[in-house]
Amino acid sequence: MTQEQLVQLDGVIQSYRSGERVFTAIEDVDLVVQTGEFVALLGPSGCGKSTLLRIITGLQRPTGGAVHYRGKPLRGVNPHATIVFQTFALFPWLSVLDNVEIALKARGVPPSLRAPRAMDLLDRVGLDGFESAYPRELSGGMRQKVGFARAMAVEPELLCMDEPFSALDVLSAESLRSDLIELWTSGNIPTKAILMVTHSIEEAVIMAGRIVLMDKGPGRVVADLPVDLPYPRDRKSPAFNHIVDRVYGILAGQTQAEHLELGTAPGEPGYTRALPHIAINDLDGLLEHLADIPGAHADIYRLASDLHLDSDHLLRLIEGAELLGFATIVQGDITLTPLGETFVEAGILGRKEIFAARIRRLPIFKWLFALLRASDQRQLEWNVVRTALELDFPPDEAERQLNTVVDWGRYAEALAYDDSAAILVLEPGAEPVSTRAT
Amino acid sequence: MTIRKLFQQEQPRRSFGWGDVAVLLGITALLYIGVRLALQAPEAVQGPDISLSLHVLPWYAALSVGRMAAAYILSLVFTLVYGYIAAYNRRAEQVLMPLLDVLQSVPILSFLPVVLLSLSAILPDMIAAELAAIVLIFTSQVWNMTFAWYQSLTTISRDLHEASAIFRLNRWLRLKWLELPFAAGSLIWNSMMSWAGGWFFLMAAEIFTVGERDFRLPGLGAYLQEAANQGDLHALAWAIVTLVLVVVLLDQLMWRPLLAWAERFKLEMIEGEEPATSWFYNLLDDSRLIERLKQWSRTWSERVDGWLGRRLEPVELDANMPARRSLPFSILGALVIAGVVYLAYQAVILLIAVPPAQWGLIGSGLLATLLRVSVALAVALLWTIPAGVAIGANQRLARWLQPMVQIAASVPATALFPAFLLIFLGLPGGLNLAAVILMLAGTQWYLLFNIIAGASAIPQDLKYTSALLHLGRWERWRVLILPALFPYLITGAITAGGGAWNASIVAEHVEFGGDTFSIRGIGSVIAGATASGDYPLLLAATLGMIVAVVAINRLVWRRLYLLAEKRYRME
Repeated sequence: MTQEQLVQLDGVIQSYRSGERVFTAIEDVDLVVQTGEFVALLGPSGCGKSTLLRIITGLQRPTGGAVHYRGKPLRGVNPHATIVFQTFALFPWLSVLDNVEIALKARGVPPSLRAPRAMDLLDRVGLDGFESAYPRELSGGMRQKVGFARAMAVEPELLCMDEPFSALDVLSAESLRSDLIELWTSGNIPTKAILMVTHSIEEAVIMAGRIVLMDKGPGRVVADLPVDLPYPRDRKSPAFNHIVDRVYGILAGQTQAEHLELGTAPGEPGYTRALPHIAINDLDGLLEHLADIPGAHADIYRLASDLHLDSDHLLRLIEGAELLGFATIVQGDITLTPLGETFVEAGILGRKEIFAARIRRLPIFKWLFALLRASDQRQLEWNVVRTALELDFPPDEAERQLNTVVDWGRYAEALAYDDSAAILVLEPGAEPVSTRAT
Repeated sequence: MTIRKLFQQEQPRRSFGWGDVAVLLGITALLYIGVRLALQAPEAVQGPDISLSLHVLPWYAALSVGRMAAAYILSLVFTLVYGYIAAYNRRAEQVLMPLLDVLQSVPILSFLPVVLLSLSAILPDMIAAELAAIVLIFTSQVWNMTFAWYQSLTTISRDLHEASAIFRLNRWLRLKWLELPFAAGSLIWNSMMSWAGGWFFLMAAEIFTVGERDFRLPGLGAYLQEAANQGDLHALAWAIVTLVLVVVLLDQLMWRPLLAWAERFKLEMIEGEEPATSWFYNLLDDSRLIERLKQWSRTWSERVDGWLGRRLEPVELDANMPARRSLPFSILGALVIAGVVYLAYQAVILLIAVPPAQWGLIGSGLLATLLRVSVALAVALLWTIPAGVAIGANQRLARWLQPMVQIAASVPATALFPAFLLIFLGLPGGLNLAAVILMLAGTQWYLLFNIIAGASAIPQDLKYTSALLHLGRWERWRVLILPALFPYLITGAITAGGGAWNASIVAEHVEFGGDTFSIRGIGSVIAGATASGDYPLLLAATLGMIVAVVAINRLVWRRLYLLAEKRYRME
C-alpha cells in the first residue's frame, strides 16, 4: 500500500489565559500520521494528549501552529474523522439502534437505508439482538461496542479513540482490543488510519504500530518509536518486554540535574515543578513493597502488575519517590535508596521526621514556609496562597497543588490547616531539627 | 426523593453585588413606568358579578386553569429562549444570569397593585385584570424553570457535546436529541413546582379588591371569596372540593404521565429510587389511537428534520471562539441603560416627595411584617421538625402519609384565605391571626417536605453508630439529626420565607363582608396606597419591600445556605 499523508501538525501550540498569565498545555508539537498507520499517543495524565486528539479532529482550534488534513488546512470539525470516547458518549435516551442511526441521519442518509445499515454494523460487532436495548441495560464492554458501531457507521478515514478501553473491566477490554486489531488487520474497513490516546503503556505496545510518547509540564512529544512486532502480539515475548521497558525508561527515567529536577520556587523565574498528586499512604505502600523485594530493586513494568496499579498512578508514585530521594530510576528499573530503606524501617514518628526533612528542600515548600514565617502569627489564608500559586499554575491546578502541599505538610507536621477558617498555620515540623526548641 | 427534587432550588454562590444594584435600578424604572401609568387609572373599577350557583363551578374552574395554562405557555417559551441564549452566549450570560438571580427573590405579589393599576389605565378593566393575572402567574412560574433549563444546558457532559459535533448534528437535531431530552426531567419537575406556586398567585389575583376598585376575575378564587363573604358554607365547601379535584386531576392526567414518560431520559438509574409510574400513561400507551398518532408524528418529524437538515450547518465546537461584540447590540445596550437611569432618576424625584412620616410608616410596616413572617416560620419549624423527622425516619409511615400531605399541600393557601377570614375575623386580634395563619398555611409544606427528605437521607451507618455509642436523645439530635437536617432546613426556609412575604400583600388589608380591615404591615401600606391613589407611597412601599426581601435573602439566607453547602452536606 502506498502511503499518503493524512494528518499533519506543524508547531501546534495550545495555551489558554487565566487573568494575566498564559499557560501552555501543548508546546510546539509536530506530528504526521500516514495512511496504514496505527498510532498510539501515550503519556501521563495532564500531558495534553486528549487535547491533541481534539485538535486533530477539529473539535478544538489550536492557539498556534497549523493543522492539515490531506494537505488542506482543517477548518471546523473534520468530516472524515470520528471519535470513540472513553465514556462511550452514547445518548442514554436512545436505543442502541437509534444511537447508531443518528450518526447516519445527521449525514442525511434517507430513513429506508439507515436501519439496515445500522443493523448490519451492530451484527458485525456482535450486538444483534440488542438493538432495542437502552445503553444503561448494557455492560461497559457492550456499550463501547455500540460506540465502535456508531463510529464505523460514518465510514471514517481516520478513527480516533480517546482511552477507549480504560473505563472497561479487564476481560471486556482485552476482548475488544483483539476484536479491533482483527478488524484493522483484516483491511475490511474503510478506515485508513487509527489514532489512539492511552495512558497504559502495555495497551499501546500490544496494539499500535507506532508510539508517540508525550510528557507534561508543558505537554510535548518526547519520543516517537515504531513497534515492529507481528500481530497477534505476545505479552511474554522478550521483544515485547524490551519495548515496554524502553517506554517506561523514557517516561520514568528523565532524571535531570538537581536544580532542573526540583524546579524553582513559585514566583521566581524558571519552571516551577508541580508536585505529583499522591497520597502518602500509597507512597508508603510502594516503598514497603520495594523493600520486600531482594535487592530493593524492581522492573517498573512488573511492579505495575504486581501492585495492580495502572501505569499512570504508578508513574506518579515513582515520581514522588524520586522527588523525595527515596528511590532512583535507571532504564525502566527502580531501586530504593539508602534513605528510602531508612524510611521504610523507621516507625511512624521517624518516617514523619525524614519526610519533613525531605520536603523542606523542595522549592515550593521552602517558598511557602518562608512566606508563613514572614506573616503575622505564622498563618495565611488558603485563598492568599492559592492566588500566589496561580502565578505559576492554572487555577484548578493551583488548587490541586495546594491540596497536595497541605496533605504532605500535615503528614510532616510542618503545616496545620483549619478547614472552617481556611487558614494555613506553620508548625514546628517546618523547622530543621537542630533549631527546634522544646 | 421525588419531593425533595420538587422543592429544592439551586442557589447560586454569589453574594450581594453590582448586578443586584443594576437589577434593582431596572425594577425601579419599571415600577416608575407603572406608577406613572397608574395616575390615569380609573377611579372606580366595576368588578364582575360572581355567581354562587354550583353550575358555574366547572366553568369557573376552566377559566382559572385557562389563565394558568396561558401563563405557563408564556413561561415555557420564555424559558427556552432565555436559557438557551444564556447558556451559549458568554456575553449575554454575564447579564442574564445575575438578573434572573435577583428576579427570583423578588416578592412578586408586591407588583400586583402597580401592574393592575397601570394595565387598567391603558386597557379595558376586564382585559387588564386578566392580563395582570397572567403576567403575575408568569413571573411566579418562570424563574425556576429558566434556571433549570440553563443549568441542564450547561451541565450536559462535554463528551456528549463532542459526540454531537463529531457526528455532525445541526442545532435542531442537537436540541431534539441532546438538549431537550437531557433537560426533560428537570424541566418537568420545575414545571410542576411552577404550577403549584402559580395557583397561589392566581387565587390572589382573582380576589384582589381595594377601595372602589374591584379587580376580581370570574374563577375559582373569586368564587371562594364570594362564598366566604356571604357566609355560604355550602358553596365554600363545594368550591374547595372543586379546587382539590382540579389539582388532583391535573396531577394524575398531566404531570404523572409526563413524569412516567420522562423516565426514559434519565441518565442512570440510582439504586433504590423507584421509577415514576402512571396508570393514565399506561392506558395511553396501549391505545390504538395513540399508536396512530405516533406514526403520524414520526413521519412529520422526519420531514421537519430533513427540511431543517438541508438548511442548518452542523454544530462546531470551538472554545477559542471570541465573544462577538456587534455595534447594533452595543447601541441598544447603551440606550437601555440610559433609559433605565433616566427612569430611575425620575423615580427618585417621586420618592423624595414622600414625606418622612410615610417613610416611618413603611419602616414600621416592614418590621411588623417581618415579625409576622418570623412567627409563621417559627411556628412552622416547631411542628414540622418533629413531624418531618418522624415521617422521614419511618418508611411505613411515610408511604402512608405522603400522598395525604401532598394533597393538603396542593391546595393554594390564598384560596383558603377567605375561609380563614370567616373563622378568625370575629376573634380577638383577628386579622393578625388570619394573616399569620395564611403565611403558615402557605409555607409549612415547603419545610415539611424538605425535612422529610433530609431525615430520610441520614445514612443508616450513622444512625447505627449513634445507637452503638449510646447517645442520649438530646445528644443524638445535637450531633446527628440537626446537622444532617440543616441544609434541608435552610432550603425549605428560603422558599417558605419568600412565600410568607408574598402572603402579606393579600393578608394585611382585606375587604370582607362590606367592611375594610387593616393591620400594620408593609402589605397593608401597599394596599392602602393603592386604595387611596397615593402613588408616590405605592412606589416607595413596593420598592421598600423588594429591597428588604432581597437584602434579607442575600445577607441571611444566602450565607446560611453557603454554610450548609460547605459544612453540612452529606454527599
